Amino acid sequence: MSDPNGHPLEHPIDHLLASPSPWLLGEGPHADLVLSTRIRLARNLQSVPFTHRAREEQLQGVLVSVSKAAKQSASFEGGAFLRMNEISAVERQILVERRLVSHELGDGSKPRGIVIADQERLSLMINEEDHLRLQAMTPGFQLAEAWARADAADDELDPALDFAFSDEIGYLTSCPTNAGTGLRASVLIHLPALVLLDEIQKVLKSIMSVGLNVRGLYGEHSEVMGNLFQISNQTTLGRSEHDSIESLERVTRQIIETEERARERMMRDARVQIEDKVWRAYGTLRFCRSIHAREVINLCSAVRLGAALGLTGLCPLNILNELLVITQPAHLQRRFGTELTPAERNVYRAQLVRERLAVGDGTGAGT
Amino acid sequence: MVCQVCGKNPATVHFTEIHDNKMSEIHVCDRCAEERGLQAASKKGKFDIADLLAGMVDGMTSTEEERVGSVQCPRCGLLYSAFKETGRLGCAECYTAFQFQLRPLLRRIHGDTRHRGKAPTRDGVGANRSRQIHRLHDELQRAVEREEFEHAASIRDEIKRLESELIETPANPEAKT
Repeated sequence: MSDPNGHPLEHPIDHLLASPSPWLLGEGPHADLVLSTRIRLARNLQSVPFTHRAREEQLQGVLVSVSKAAKQSASFEGGAFLRMNEISAVERQILVERRLVSHELGDGSKPRGIVIADQERLSLMINEEDHLRLQAMTPGFQLAEAWARADAADDELDPALDFAFSDEIGYLTSCPTNAGTGLRASVLIHLPALVLLDEIQKVLKSIMSVGLNVRGLYGEHSEVMGNLFQISNQTTLGRSEHDSIESLERVTRQIIETEERARERMMRDARVQIEDKVWRAYGTLRFCRSIHAREVINLCSAVRLGAALGLTGLCPLNILNELLVITQPAHLQRRFGTELTPAERNVYRAQLVRERLAVGDGTGAGT
Repeated sequence: MVCQVCGKNPATVHFTEIHDNKMSEIHVCDRCAEERGLQAASKKGKFDIADLLAGMVDGMTSTEEERVGSVQCPRCGLLYSAFKETGRLGCAECYTAFQFQLRPLLRRIHGDTRHRGKAPTRDGVGANRSRQIHRLHDELQRAVEREEFEHAASIRDEIKRLESELIETPANPEAKT
């Protein structure tokens, strides 16, 4: 939280780093396939031009009124408010790596901010592409729960803020692709068997043909790594929030089934090869001395598959998930305290991976 | 999803691009993708919503195009031609100022132009309820199409209940006094 002068009372970034993001907990329904569920709502204030057209002082006004409305709401009670231009570039990047802010918000050049509540399960980006981007995040596959949270927070913010809305078009957004509900519902799902069996293209094509979109781990423009796919609704006009969520729910259930069937087939036809791949990946992670972030993500994918298939002796899901984030550059930089060259980062990363896996498999300190 | 260029065939080619910090997403059918050379354009990183908008004025004379481009939002001053370049509107009022141009665009993006979701609570209980009734009517129609008659009956009952409440609670409570 900030004091009246905007100075942090305790460093909220340290507070965040103390516990993993909700999407890394490895909990909730279908947690072995679906890492997390997210609901995002885009809103704008009626009286102020959209962020990219607003003057600096107007954006300051938005930042103040929206953060105030959030602080007074029950949903954001006890939340932390961070101004992007008051934190360092590394700290901003930490927020990006934790999927709390977008790359756009992460540049720190405009009066932008974020309110983070309930251990990152609820957050509110201010002055991103739209004045408000409300985000609810849950571990596992829990669309109804995430929607209930976002919907309630939206209802609480609404009376205090005059949202731009028209009866015909709905919530008005900077980009017409978000107009209407302003809703983006998404699930982050792990589909290694479909990738290994070369069936993923067919599945992705059918996902897109029903009006859903597929992206990588870090949203728009990000590439797919570690067989992690983010599936979300594409259209926001002409369908209620309930309909959009229901359709994502239905399709995700089908994808889960398809992936599970692919896993069964794979284990029936090539058990030895799969187990070998899993354990080699585990071995590399467990004993590496220098490793790139992408390699961590890809090897974790194989180990996650092994854990989901019930191979014993591997580390639990939450540790594998956590590695996705704590091995990223800004998190490493923060943890090891100094400016690191890429080569040094690889060495520190390897050390961290070994330590975490040693904790995970119960052998204690890494070797 | 329908192709955003021809508006007829299903969209089978999907692009998400970033260029000069501008985001773009586009969904087109194979034929339009090929015809418009979108595959190649995408590789150069130059394809965005702006191109879709540019494509939509094809068939206009240059005078017409100029006239449409010079339509300006009275509140924020954004020119339609500027929106075409960036794909971003300037303020809430732009939706009214450019309504004739935006309607076909929204249809191409979303396949629809009418909002069917939630609304701000400031409109009062009555307005929200009437929207809810509207939504239930849509749902009822779908249930009937799917021959889910039991579900349809329960939706119909819910509509009746809400409609009776609507009569009891006028949209404008002050009208009572």
